Amino acid sequence: MQLFPCPFCGERDEREFHFVGEAGKRRPDTKTLVTDKLWAGYLHVRQNPKGPSREVWRHLTCNELFVMERDTLSMEVLAITVLRKDAAP
Amino acid sequence: MSGYRLDEGGLIDRSRRLNFSFDGRSLAGHPGDTLASALLANGVWLLGRSFKYHRPRGIWGAGAEEPNAFLDLRLGRRQIAHCLATATELEEGMMARSLGGWPGRRLDLLAGLDRLHPYLGAGFYHKTFFRPGWRFWEPAIRRLAGRGRIDLAGAEQYRSAPIHDRAGLLVVGAGLAGLAAARAAAEAGEDVLVVDEQHLPGGGLHALGRAPDGTGARQWIAAQIAAIEAAGGRVLSATTALGVHDHNLVSLLRARGLAVPPRLIELRARRILLATGAIERPLLIGGNDRPGVMSAWAALEYLARYGVLVGRDMVLLSGNALAEAGAETLRAAGARILVLDPGSDPVEVLGRRRVRGLRIGAKQVSCDTVLVSGGYSPNLALWCQGGGGLDWDQEAEAFLPGSGPGTLAVAGAAAGFFDPARALEHAQILGRRLSDPDPPSGSLPAPSPAADIGLKRLRPAGAGRRWVDLAADVTVAELEEAAAEGYDTVEHLKRYTALGMSADQGRSSNVTGLELLARQAQRPVPEIGTTRFRPPYRPVPLASLAGVQEGRLLAPPKRMALEPVHRDAGGALREYGGWLRPGWYEKRPAEAIPEEVRAVREGVGLIDVSPLGKIEVMGPGAARFLDFVCYASIGDLGVGQGRYSFLLREDGSILDDGVVFRLGPRHFLLTCSSAHAGAVLAHLETWRQDVQDPDKVFLHDTTGRWQSLCVSGPGAREMLAALLPNIDLGAAGLAHMGINRGRFDGAPARVARLSFTGETSFEVSLPATPARALWRLAIIKGARPVGMEALDILRAEKGHVLVGRDTDSETMPPDLGFAAWLRKKPSPYLGDRGLVSEAARSRDRRQLVGLRVPEGAAPLPVGAHLVAGRQPRSQGFVTTSCLSPALGRPVALALLERGRARLGESVTVWHLGKTRGAVVAPHCAYDPKGERLDAK
Repeated sequence: MQLFPCPFCGERDEREFHFVGEAGKRRPDTKTLVTDKLWAGYLHVRQNPKGPSREVWRHLTCNELFVMERDTLSMEVLAITVLRKDAAP
Repeated sequence: MSGYRLDEGGLIDRSRRLNFSFDGRSLAGHPGDTLASALLANGVWLLGRSFKYHRPRGIWGAGAEEPNAFLDLRLGRRQIAHCLATATELEEGMMARSLGGWPGRRLDLLAGLDRLHPYLGAGFYHKTFFRPGWRFWEPAIRRLAGRGRIDLAGAEQYRSAPIHDRAGLLVVGAGLAGLAAARAAAEAGEDVLVVDEQHLPGGGLHALGRAPDGTGARQWIAAQIAAIEAAGGRVLSATTALGVHDHNLVSLLRARGLAVPPRLIELRARRILLATGAIERPLLIGGNDRPGVMSAWAALEYLARYGVLVGRDMVLLSGNALAEAGAETLRAAGARILVLDPGSDPVEVLGRRRVRGLRIGAKQVSCDTVLVSGGYSPNLALWCQGGGGLDWDQEAEAFLPGSGPGTLAVAGAAAGFFDPARALEHAQILGRRLSDPDPPSGSLPAPSPAADIGLKRLRPAGAGRRWVDLAADVTVAELEEAAAEGYDTVEHLKRYTALGMSADQGRSSNVTGLELLARQAQRPVPEIGTTRFRPPYRPVPLASLAGVQEGRLLAPPKRMALEPVHRDAGGALREYGGWLRPGWYEKRPAEAIPEEVRAVREGVGLIDVSPLGKIEVMGPGAARFLDFVCYASIGDLGVGQGRYSFLLREDGSILDDGVVFRLGPRHFLLTCSSAHAGAVLAHLETWRQDVQDPDKVFLHDTTGRWQSLCVSGPGAREMLAALLPNIDLGAAGLAHMGINRGRFDGAPARVARLSFTGETSFEVSLPATPARALWRLAIIKGARPVGMEALDILRAEKGHVLVGRDTDSETMPPDLGFAAWLRKKPSPYLGDRGLVSEAARSRDRRQLVGLRVPEGAAPLPVGAHLVAGRQPRSQGFVTTSCLSPALGRPVALALLERGRARLGESVTVWHLGKTRGAVVAPHCAYDPKGERLDAK
């Protein structure tokens, strides 16, 4: 059972969090032509790195999303960043 | 072996007797005994039969490392399978039963299997029982193995709630090193918790007799514990560390005797110190599985802790000073003991059901016990679980802790400090360092395990059959055979021969097996590698892991504010989508449900729909946000208007449906299915925060804030108009899908006009207290309470879908007949690309239809498949089915391939091997033109 730091609530048990997705994925502009390949890549292809990774997580109890950088091998949490503009450094 | 109890010594209470039985024979022991020590004290030496060869087996060790002594226990009404006798505290009235023998451990008719051993070699099961398949043979083979019997009903009750705890420093093992380190850390101000799996702390120190400073073991241990507790630390005995998990979570199991279920402690430690000791290894001599061949250290433990001498005539085979010093202790206690160095002569144990002697080369010695010490393996299972590496020490022929995570440390014999004085020194320094937030650099004392105990390797030549793993019944010959067949990496070897795969996880056998394999392959041991250690360290009842988290405690149903009102009205409360809601009221369901349906169709029905999700969307970006997440256009809604819409996933499939109302220019209300409110909010929050501008739109879940009462039926408007005189309910003032705001009983109220039932319906939302008042007034005026079962029939008659019931994870809006917005909507929206994907364009999509059955036929079963074609395959399934009171016939909804193009076609309905006929029909069976929506 891992401990994740919510930027708003502090360190909590991993059961309080949900994985949202890979960080930095951009939704293609669907008003232009989006090829099947590009769309399938957006929907289904993940980097899934062994080692440091950037992911978006949700803290279920405060419903805030944030970016968590963590090492998928050592399970170490490397950094967290809030998604809110006004709270960003 | 013929053990007996000494008149004095040990840590037991001789003033009290505990009666117990073994295979029906009445015996007695004392408080402080383990089951194993009590059996040895009574001269019992045969404990059961082995797993594969049905060989007689006794006791090898004195703790968790024991590979043989598993027994079934009964205590009162509680039956516990496969208990480790060496780690089970004796209790009054225990009834133990041996395992493996048929009919019993003494006369085992299956013992003949042992004669067949030349044919039962490595991979025997794999090579033999593959035709017609393992499953065919498995039940009989399992019965032959004769393992413990599980009492399922009893296991169900063997539960306890887990405890959550934390500590600055967790010390696992309360032996010499553990206690010394814990005391040093506690006195330096650290919050220390020491756990020890045995019932009395002290570890191997009791068997050693004295601490390095000369103090007697008991006094030394008591002094350390007193000092730890005085410094604010805690010491828990009978508490086993089962696993070291991510981020220093440690699972501990606290035993409190068999009558009480053990309790799981989930402990988060800042740092962990493992002082888990070392485990003695066997010697590979012929017949080394005979009852009476025992770990030399175990004999010392039985003497020191329980005052039991395990035999009268002993032979010790050892190559180290530690075991030889132990021989002096045993001699002083009254045993005759012969210390032998076999050199490289072949050694074989004589005797069948018990040791009778030893043959070394040409020489023969008679004895009743053979004590062996093949060196010591540091007990590093938890270290490896926590991510620590292992370094091979060639001199000691043992794995020592290598590099590992900074929050984990190892002390004492587990770290290779076999000399007590050096272990103590190292542990004290380590304890101080672990409690220091800014620890000094500089190296710690290094272990020298081989030199500590003057280790001299014994390599007696083989004679007869030699066992590597007693628990899994694996011999040297089998390992050699497996290696010769090419299974020469440790993971293959383990799976092929079952080495180390028994309940003891190969604690006493792993390193011996590796060494053997390394010698055979002529490769160094580290190249062969060691298998992974996984939690739990010791077998644990699954019920202890599950705890009390089941049923309602695992997923408690949500309760409605008006639940007392429904109870008063005779509501039958059931769980619907995670909420406790009235299924029907007052009478038996067969009577009540059709009456409630009729009340809505002919009079006025009153339905509590409070669990309906109510999410408010606010802010300057609200309209744009909703246009993006909804399938329908939202931005063009006027204030007071509402629109039915779907929420789609990116692949175009339906996540949920609901109605969006515009309450103000920048204020919207989105309703969603009761069961999905949480998922919908999470979905919306993701798109709000991750993609849209989170400063311009805000979400607020108001589901619990507003109670919603649905007044439905031809008489709804007239009745409600009298109750809500200051809110316009007229057809002109409140159009279908419109919302008006006003007040009732001094509280804010909203009335939305929409219809799930097909009749004129008003959904009144208001706070709980006025909602109760409105409910009572409506009942007085003649409204009939209507439960969820009737509501389900009403919507089924109308063909209104329930997302998740009448849709699956592939259903898209066009499959339900909604395609209007597909091309019309100007802005991008969630799912837009998915709706033009190859899958979405397929001609064979499953579409929503109704089904009619022949006159007089019963309703179709939900879930039944619709099959057609020469080679029948499922083309869809029934999603909703019931008997319609209004139509007097069954109605059903289904998802069917190309369904809407097949109206009038006959289909075959297949269910559990039986088939029936049905005709594809429009999904709306009742009032298809919607004329009743606006009845007076």
